[in-house]
Amino acid sequence: MITLNKREELEWHEGLTVQDILKQKTFTYPHIIVSINGAVIDHDAYAETLIPDEADVRVIHLIAGG
Amino acid sequence: MTNKIIRHVLAEFPYQTPRIERGYANQTLYVNVGTGEIKAKPVSDEMKLKFTGGKGFDLWLLWHAVHDDTKWDSPENEIVISTGPCGGITQYPGSGKSLVTTVSPTTEIITDSNAGGHFGPLLKFSGWDAIEVQGIAEKDVMVIVDAIEGKVTIEEMPDAPNDTHLLGRWLYDVLAEKPQEKYYIAMVSAGTGAEHSLLGCLNFSLYDRKRQDVRYKQAARGGPGTVLRQKHIKALVVRAQPFKGDANHPADMERIARVGADIQREIATWDSVQNRMRNRGTSYLVEIMSDYDLLPVNNFKFGSHPQARDINGAYWETRVTQGLPDGCWYGCTVACAHAVDGFELQTGPYKGHKVIVDGPEYETIGAIGSTCGIFDPDAILELNFYCDTYGIDTISYGNTISFLMECYEVGILDQEKTGGLELTFGNAAASLEILHQLARGEGLGKIAALGVRKAKTYVIEHYGADPQFVQDIGMENKGMEYSMYMGKESLAQQGGYALTNKGPQHDEAWLIFMDQVNNQIPTFEDKAEALHYFPMWRTWFGLCGFCKLPWNDVVDPKNSKSAEPAKIPHHVQNYVDIFSAVTGREVDINEIIAMSERVYNFQRVFNIRLGKGLREHDYPPYRGVGPVTEEEYESRRERYDQQLREWLGLDPDAMTLQEKMAAHRHYRTERYERLMDAVYERRGWTRNGVPTVEKLKALGIDFPEVLAVVEKKLRAED
Repeated sequence: MITLNKREELEWHEGLTVQDILKQKTFTYPHIIVSINGAVIDHDAYAETLIPDEADVRVIHLIAGG
Repeated sequence: MTNKIIRHVLAEFPYQTPRIERGYANQTLYVNVGTGEIKAKPVSDEMKLKFTGGKGFDLWLLWHAVHDDTKWDSPENEIVISTGPCGGITQYPGSGKSLVTTVSPTTEIITDSNAGGHFGPLLKFSGWDAIEVQGIAEKDVMVIVDAIEGKVTIEEMPDAPNDTHLLGRWLYDVLAEKPQEKYYIAMVSAGTGAEHSLLGCLNFSLYDRKRQDVRYKQAARGGPGTVLRQKHIKALVVRAQPFKGDANHPADMERIARVGADIQREIATWDSVQNRMRNRGTSYLVEIMSDYDLLPVNNFKFGSHPQARDINGAYWETRVTQGLPDGCWYGCTVACAHAVDGFELQTGPYKGHKVIVDGPEYETIGAIGSTCGIFDPDAILELNFYCDTYGIDTISYGNTISFLMECYEVGILDQEKTGGLELTFGNAAASLEILHQLARGEGLGKIAALGVRKAKTYVIEHYGADPQFVQDIGMENKGMEYSMYMGKESLAQQGGYALTNKGPQHDEAWLIFMDQVNNQIPTFEDKAEALHYFPMWRTWFGLCGFCKLPWNDVVDPKNSKSAEPAKIPHHVQNYVDIFSAVTGREVDINEIIAMSERVYNFQRVFNIRLGKGLREHDYPPYRGVGPVTEEEYESRRERYDQQLREWLGLDPDAMTLQEKMAAHRHYRTERYERLMDAVYERRGWTRNGVPTVEKLKALGIDFPEVLAVVEKKLRAED
C-alpha cells in the first residue's frame, strides 16, 4: 500500500509509476507538485519514476483559483 | 446625432476635477435622483486609514445613508460604487475593478459585487473616489458625470433603449462628440429583466477600440441591477478626460513600474503552458472541475459529466475570437475577457441579430449550463447574451432554473404549472423561454425572477412542496445563490461559502483543492485559519481596485518551493509594493490583513444592524454538504460507504440506504457546527457570530454607533 496526501491508501504493485497514480486518480490538472517520501519529482520524470511500496506520496495541486 | 436627442436636465452640479493624489481624489459624489440633490463629500484621512477605498468606502457611505429598517426598495437605500486607491493603474494587470454595494433584494442585507470595465477608474480620474446614488426618480433618468464639461447632471433621455447592448451603443453615440472620446466613456446599466426580477445585475461597460463597439463586465451578485431599475435609473455614466499612465499620481512610480514589469514577464512566460487565460479565459476551469467531481451538474446533485468536454476550455478557445486585446482595463496582460463575435440569436426579441457575446466565463458556463444539465455551447451563448442585456445575474438565474428543473422532475411542478414547458434537466429551450418570460414579467418567469430562496417559499406555499426537501435542494444561503463549485467533500469550502458576509460567492474563500484534494488543512483549526486568512486576503482586492486573477491564475513554478505555496508569497509581496508605492503608506502583509479585517467586521456588524448576520444565517443547504436523495448517494455509493467505515466505524453492508444517508447527515452537519465554532473563535466573534467589543476596539472601528449595534446584540445573548 502507498499513502496519498496523508489520507488515502492505494494498492501498490511492482512497476507503479507516478503517471499511473495521476491517471488512476484522474489528476489532470497540469500545475502540480509530486513528492515521494519528501523528494520532489520532476514533471518530465513522471512516466518513469517508480513508487516504492509503503511510500508517502504527495500530489499538491497549485490551484487556489475561483 | 447629439442635436436630435431629447435631454431634459433635471439637476446640474458644476465642479472642477481635482488632481488625484496618491490614488485618491479625496472627495466622493452624492446624487439623489429623487430630490435632485447633488453634492461633494470630503474624504477624511481617517476614512482612508480605516476603510482604504473600494468596498470600504462603499460601506462607510452606505452605513450613514440607511436606517436600521431600510429595505432594498426604500428610497434611502443606495447604490455605491468605488474602485480604490490602486484602481486605474495601467502598469500592473487587473487594476481596474469597481466594487458595488447596496442593500440586496434577495438577501435583504449588504451585498457587494465587483466588476471590470472602465467605470470605477474613470470616475476617480473624473474627480470622485466613489459615487453614492440615493432616492427614487419619478421617471427613468441618467446620472452623467461629465468631467469634460465640468458638471454632474440628472437627465431624462426618453429615447434611450432599455436593454444594455442597445443602450450602450446609443449612449456612446449621444455623448461622444468625436469617435475617440468613446474610449473615455463608461456606463453602468441593467435592462428589462432587472425591472421584473430580483436577480438584476449591473453591466459595466468598456469601449473596444478594435471592434469599435461597447462591451461589458458584470457586477451581478445580490441584485444591484434590480435596485438600479427600482430607482428608475437607466444608467450611471462617466465622460472622462483622456488620461496618462500616472493619473493616480503615485508616491513612487518607479517602484510600480518595476513590479509591473516582473509580473508581465511571468505572465508572458507561463500562461501559455498553465491555464491559457489569454486564450480561453476562466473557461479553463470546466474540464478540471469535472475531472475532480467539482462541476455542479443537475442542481449540484453530481460533480461531473461526460459532456463537460463539449463546453470546456479547449472548446471555447476555438470559439472566442483570438488575437484581440481584452480591454477590461488598460494594461491587463492576463487578458481573460474574451468574446464571441457575430453570434446570431435564435430566440427572443433580438432573434436574427448578430451580436457580441462577452465571455462566457466559467461561472456562467456552470450556472446556465452544467447545473441545468445543458451542454450545448450555442444555448449557453444565447442564455449568456440575454442575461447580460436583460441585466440578469447568470449565476442566480442558472441556480433558480436548475432548482425549478429539479422541482419539475420530482413532481412539485408539472406542465400545467409551467405553462406547458417540459422543464427537465437539459432543456435549453425551456430555460430560454423562461428567461424571455422573466424579462416580460410573465408566466413561470415571474417565479424564476424571485431567486432560489423566494422560489422555495413559493412552491411550498402554492404547490404544497415538502419544506425540508425544498430547503435541502435549493442552492442558496442567506438568499444568495451558490457559485459554481461542489463543496460536498470539502468542509472548508462549505464554510468558505456559508460563513461569509454576503452569501455563497467564492470570492471570499476557495479552498476546495487545499482541503479536498491536497489535504493541507486537515484539522478544524487549520480550516479555521484558512477561513480567516483567505477571506481577509481576498477582501483586500476589493478595497484597492484589484482583480484577484493575477494573484493566482498565472504563477511561476518556483512558487512551489515557497513555505506557503497556496498564498503565493511573491505575488503577495507585489501587492505590498504596489499599494505602498501608490499611496506612500508603507505596509506589510499584516497591515493588509488588518485593512480587510476592519472592513470585514464592519460589514458583519452592518448585517447585524439590518437584523441578520448571525450564526443562524450561516447554515448551508444540505445539498451543499452531503447527499440529499437516494440517487445522489447511489451515484457515489463506493465513496460514501467507505466514509462510513473509515469515519464512523460503521458497516454499510448491514445498513439500509436510508440509515446510511441519515448517518452521513448527522456526521456532516455536526462537523459543520464544529467548524462554525472554530471559525468564529479565530475571527474574534462570539459563538453566535457577533464580533466582540474587544475585537472592534483592536481593529479601531469602535465607533459609538458600531459598538451600539454589537452591545445591544450581546446584551440580548446574555
